[in-house]
Amino acid sequence: MKIAIASQGNTLNHNIDLQFGHCAFFVIYDKDSGGMEISPNPFRDAPKQAGLQAVKWLASQNIKTLIAGDFGPKVQPLLDQLSIQLIVLKKPDTRIQDIINLLNQQ
Amino acid sequence: MPRIKTPRKLSGLPAIKGFRPYGPDIDKQATAIVLHFEEYEAFKLCDYEGLNHSAAARLMQVSRPTFTRIYASARNKIAQAFAEGLAIEVEGGTVYFDSNWFQCNFCGCYFNQIDPAQPVETCPLCGKKHFQQMEVAELANIQTN
Repeated sequence: MKIAIASQGNTLNHNIDLQFGHCAFFVIYDKDSGGMEISPNPFRDAPKQAGLQAVKWLASQNIKTLIAGDFGPKVQPLLDQLSIQLIVLKKPDTRIQDIINLLNQQ
Repeated sequence: MPRIKTPRKLSGLPAIKGFRPYGPDIDKQATAIVLHFEEYEAFKLCDYEGLNHSAAARLMQVSRPTFTRIYASARNKIAQAFAEGLAIEVEGGTVYFDSNWFQCNFCGCYFNQIDPAQPVETCPLCGKKHFQQMEVAELANIQTN
């Protein structure tokens, strides 16, 4: 299962990004294989609908779960439609590494 | 101050973003009519799926009279668009979608349930079983901050 996490930077020591659409990087973590990929968000500076475009881009990479600090109101219906699960973590000081540790605990 | 609107539950997003009229006498600059999501849903439930008002009202989690008002407003807007040759845009409204939200007591995250047929057993983030389902009123906290 592939999980995308909105991140403020390109290392695991950066914090989770509180905004989804305009976040700096996406950390794409494959829980089954343990593989990880960090890619810059191509829609970071999009003037509008960054969230919607980012969702479509992530959906095309078979992502089933999204983790970010917050999501805009337009994004959720689209995610419901694509059956992508949302996890909202309203803790700005959480590092990406902490999230991956949590995921690996299961 | 007017009373706050009850959020209306939608089964999904509309299939379209809107409609545009065509023909020689159409004023392309005219402002479009904004049909709210709940109005689209009410129109679809009644006239496409053939439900009566009370059944449709239960699906949208509003009272029957409220549903009837939404439905009347939808028909009025659609008729106005047809009669005056205006475009229709489907957007906005006081709505929420058909997925249940939960809060995990261990890691503090919020998560939703994608497949209503499958029960939620563990928190998808930390795998613990200490979570609770959230009420509609609490959902506003997650989504508007």
